[in-house]
Order: sequence, then structure tokens, then C-alpha cells
Amino acid sequence: MNILVFVKRVPDTESKIRIQADGKGIVEEGLNFIISPYDEYAVEEALRLREAKGGKVTAISVGKEEALLILRKCLAMGVDEAILIKDTAPESFDGLKTAAAIASLVKKRFPDFDLLLFGKQSFGADNAQVPAMVAELLGIPQVNVVVKLIIEGQEGVAFREIEGAQEKVVFSLPAVISAQKGLNEPRYETLKGIMAAKKKEIPVIPLEELELSELFLNPGIEVIKLETPPAKKAGRIIQLAPEEAAKEIVRFLREEAKIL
Amino acid sequence: MILVFMEKREGKIKKSSLEALAEASRRAEELGQEAAAVVMASELGDESSLKAQGARKIYWLKGEIFDSYSPEIYAHNLSELIKELKPEAVFFAATAMGRDLSPRLAAKLCVSLASDCTQIMVFDGALVFVRPVYAGKALLTLKLKTKPVMATLRPNIFPLREIKQEELPSAIEIIEKEISGAYSGAAARVVEIVKEEGAELDVTEAEVVISGGRGMKAAENFNLLRELSALIPRSAVGASRAAVDSGWIGHQHQVGQTGKTVCPNLYLAFGISGSIQHLAGMSSSKVIVAINKDPEAPIFKVADLGVVGDLFQIIPHLKEELKKALAE
Ligand SMILES: Cc1cc2nc3c(=O)[nH]c(=O)nc-3n(C[C@H](O)[C@H](O)[C@H](O)COP(=O)(O)OP(=O)(O)OC[C@H]3O[C@@H](n4cnc5c(N)ncnc54)[C@H](O)[C@@H]3O)c2cc1C
Ligand SMILES: Nc1ncnc2c1ncn2[C@@H]1O[C@H](COP(=O)(O)O)[C@@H](O)[C@H]1O
Repeated sequence: MNILVFVKRVPDTESKIRIQADGKGIVEEGLNFIISPYDEYAVEEALRLREAKGGKVTAISVGKEEALLILRKCLAMGVDEAILIKDTAPESFDGLKTAAAIASLVKKRFPDFDLLLFGKQSFGADNAQVPAMVAELLGIPQVNVVVKLIIEGQEGVAFREIEGAQEKVVFSLPAVISAQKGLNEPRYETLKGIMAAKKKEIPVIPLEELELSELFLNPGIEVIKLETPPAKKAGRIIQLAPEEAAKEIVRFLREEAKIL
Repeated sequence: MILVFMEKREGKIKKSSLEALAEASRRAEELGQEAAAVVMASELGDESSLKAQGARKIYWLKGEIFDSYSPEIYAHNLSELIKELKPEAVFFAATAMGRDLSPRLAAKLCVSLASDCTQIMVFDGALVFVRPVYAGKALLTLKLKTKPVMATLRPNIFPLREIKQEELPSAIEIIEKEISGAYSGAAARVVEIVKEEGAELDVTEAEVVISGGRGMKAAENFNLLRELSALIPRSAVGASRAAVDSGWIGHQHQVGQTGKTVCPNLYLAFGISGSIQHLAGMSSSKVIVAINKDPEAPIFKVADLGVVGDLFQIIPHLKEELKKALAE
């Protein structure tokens, strides 16, 4: 199987987010960056499929030079190759732009791919857009938010999470799958993997080489402003005997919150 | 026109789609336009609720093919309708289906998409959207430069309209559309919906979420929360990641950054410390009540009512008090 897996470099989820003075972006200085959490499930699934069926896994990221670090992590986890599409623009929150770059690269370099694996949503943009957009731009089926994936030959069955249930979906390859937590348990990098990853060459393809149309080069989203949400004003804290505490909760819900 | 996609599950139109329609009709009024609904199904069903939420027209893409979901087939047919109607904007509820279908459709129409919006305004005749980013640690206000403007609306945020019967326009136009040529590409198809036992309501759709964390200590103690849930209408049981990772309850119940984002009217947190990742999923709940034995627990920083105490001692009394209150 020829599998491509897409990973994004994002701020550590524990980070405190500070906004730039112009209100158009976040302050990156002092932030620790990681591979977006759901993307690790996608990498793990790619590796498991290769281990079961043979083939090759290529990890691809669109972003600044710094994203090489997360591509090295993918190599250390065991992917065969990695490619960086170099895009120096700041976070645009626009999935279409990223999807167009990915679709163009896939068409040019990987016309014979079988499966494209993504995280269900990237931390930061929290969009859940890129996978379905890539699927549409390539004209192939999509299954998002997948918790179980079975591939037999050119056919696939995936279970995707919906409200209070799972949808069992059948599809044919090539296809786009996006990973939800629960799909697998991502492995750790091995020391051997880390050493090998250090030596590996990672090709860097400038965005300009992808010959994207004007429409896809400029984001269709205009950031008016980015701000920190208003702090919630602290509530009341009580410490009472259990029975009194229970009474107070119910009284609060009825009289103050007007819920019951 | 603002066109709103109405999601049907088990023959019923979803409440979150009605919320999106209600918001569309409010913003359409402000723009001097009208809201319209699009239903894709073999049966139209409940048109009166669409009327009550402000739809002036209903476009009904009729066909049995729509009774099971396929993103490719849905997007194909919707895009044909949109090319014909040329709406100003297209709204979806940010449900599992809405978040799957809208980016596919957006790419087909070559437009950008505002995902999971929590506020919509009109400025200088244009729609402006607000949405949480960085798991709610920042708020993004944005405008879309592409047309039609496309957005998904977070469930449980936008209020339904309460219009009196006599104020409703008498007629609502229903426009039946033949489906426009079959989709010729490869399509993914839902062949079965596997329900989780005992989970009628998803945490994202519940009006009250009753969550437990590591403080619940064991899987069977989640029954205490299920018993509370049985008393409270439209409630569901949630959990922290610590509880899910301990195997006490399924992942679909997890609230937080790697779980679900909820904004119920009431969030009850039992034995949850309030890590930043957990808060990411629930801090926009309308009212938060936390029960924790540690007075320093960070969850108290976002709680409207914080109760310092042992949850195992409080829950039995709470059950009794709730029964009394709800019986009145
Ligand atoms: C990338 C990433 C993503 C994550 N995503 C999520 C996510 O989506 N959701 C999530 O929840 N977490 C997530 N986490 C984990 C998060 O960091 C915390 O570890 C987790 O939320 C802790 O769960 P908890 O509050 O149940 O447990 P703890 O932090 O252990 O807290 C248990 C609490 O129970 C209280 N307690 C104990 N016994 C009692 C009692 N008898 N009565 C009353 N109170 C009691 C204690 O005082 C304590 O405050 C994520 C972490 C990472 C790194
Ligand atoms: N810049 C990027 N580079 C590579 N993959 C990306 C990028 N942005 C998004 N993706 C992929 O698309 C998924 C969904 O992202 P999003 O649509 O931004 O929520 C992510 O989990 C990644 O797998």
C-alpha cells in the first residue's frame, strides 16, 4: 500500500496562548510546538497498515521550516519518507488553502496513492476541514472521525463516531480517512528510530512549486481579530455537611440558575 | 437568501439544525433577506417546525438515496442546488454530519468555511463570525471573502425562536426538486448505524451533562451518575479523560480537548480536577457546578457553584433533593 499521512505542527495543548499586539495572530515566542494530537493516531494507523500489508508510508506537512521537527518524529516512529511543503505564511485558519496545496502535491508526486490519512481536527484551527476538502479536490471518498478501520484489497470498512452512535461506512480505495482517538494507541519513538531519523534527508518543496491558482494562494478568511475570551467571573464556593450541600445545589439550580 | 441544511436522523430533523435555521432567519432579517431550509430525504416530515424557526421556503431534494448518508452524494446534490439558487450564505449545524459534509461542499464550490461558530453578527451588510480556536483559549472574529459564505454553527448555542402561532406567516413555500443526475464518482456509504447501549442522548446534544472524573474511583460508580441522569430530562453522562483511559466509560463520553466540546445549560462535574484540556471542552457551559474534595481544584475557578466535599457522600442526598424538586 502506498500511504500518505498528513501532520501539522501546532502549539503544545498545555500552552498559554498570548495574542499579538495587532490582534491578528498568536505570539509564538516561548511556545512549545508538537505534532497535532490526532495526527499521531493517523501515523500509527499508517504504520500498522504497512506492517500488515507491506508498502510505504510518507509523512507530509505544510508549514514553516520548523515543521521539520515533527516530520523527524514521524520518521522516528517508523515512516519511510517525509516531505515538507514550505509555506511561511502565518496560521490563516483557512482549510481550503492547505487542502489545495496537499491535493496538488498528491497529484504531482503520488498519482498512485492508495490511502490518505489525517487527524480528524488540528489543534489551534480546530477546523476539521482539510481531510474532506482534499478528498473533494481529488474526487475520492472520505470517512472522517474514524475509530476503527479495516482494509481488504481495494475495499474498506470504517466506523466513524457520530452523536451517541457509530456509522459503519463502506468505501473503495483510494480514499481519505481522518483519525479519532480510540483508533489505536500511538507507539513511542525508539532510540534506533530517532538515530535513523536524524540522518534522513527530508525534501523541502516550496509552495510556489505547486503551481496553485491565485484563488488558493490567498486565504478566503479575513482575520478581523483574535482575542482571549473574557474571563469567567469566579463563582461561589461552599463547604457544608453532605445533606446541606445537596440542598444548596438544588436551591442554587432552581433559584439562581433557574434550571430545574 | 441564507440556506440552511436540515439534518435528519431517524426521520426527525435535528434540534441543532433548527437552531441554525433560527439564527439564519434572525441574521437574514437584519440583511433584508430570507431564510430557507433544504431537506434531503424521501419524506419531508415536519415542515411546521421549519416554519416556526423562520424558514420562508423549503427546498426538498426528494429521494430514497438520501435516506442513508453519503458525503459525496450529498455534497454533489447540494452543490447543484446552490449553483441554481445562488444564496448569500449556507449554514450547517456543527454536528458529526455537518462537519463532515460542509468542507466537502465548500471545496466543491471553491469557498472557505467558518467552522463551529458560536456567534454571528452583521456589519456593513456582511456576515461576521466568531469562533473559538486553540481549544477555546482564543476567540477568532472573521469574515469570509468567498461566496457563498459558508459556516457551521455549534449546537446548543443559538436559541430557537419563540414565535406565537398567530404571528407565523400563513403559507410556506415547499419547492420539490428532482435529484440532479446521479453522482458518478466513488462514494462512501453508511450501511449501518451502530447504537451504543443505553446512550440515547449524546453529550453534545444534552441540556444537562453529568460528568465524572478520576474521583469516581471505579467503573461501577458511574452508575451513580447514570441514576442522576435518569432523573433529569435531556441529560447525558460525560467523563474526563482520566476516567475514560481507566476504562470506566467509553470514549464517546469524553469531554475536553481530545473529546467532545459541550455547552449545555448545566454542567455537573464530580471528582474532576479541571485540567486545561478538560476545561477546553466544557468551560462555555452556561452554568457549571463542581463537586470536589480538594478546595484548591482548578475546576472551582470556572464553577458558578463549587462544592467542597466527598462526592460519594453528596450524591445520595442530591438524588433525594432532586427527586423532591422535580416532583413539585
Ligand atoms: C494532549 C492531551 C489531551 C487531553 N485531552 C483531554 C480531554 O479531552 N479531556 C480530559 O478530561 N482530559 C484530557 N487530557 C488529560 C488532562 O490533562 C487530565 O489528566 C485529566 O483531565 C484529569 O482527569 P480528572 O480531572 O478526572 O483526574 P484528576 O486530575 O486526577 O482529578 C481527580 C479529582 O477528583 C477529586 N476527587 C477524588 N476523590 C474524590 C471524592 N471522593 N469526592 C470528590 N472529589 C474527589 C480530586 O480532588 C481531583 O481533583 C488531555 C491531556 C493531554 C496531554
Ligand atoms: N498544515 C498542515 N500540514 C499537514 N497536514 C495538515 C495541515 N493542516 C491540517 N492538516 C491535516 O488535516 C487534519 C485536520 O486539520 P484541520 O482541518 O485544520 O482541523 C489535521 O489533523 C492534519 O492531518
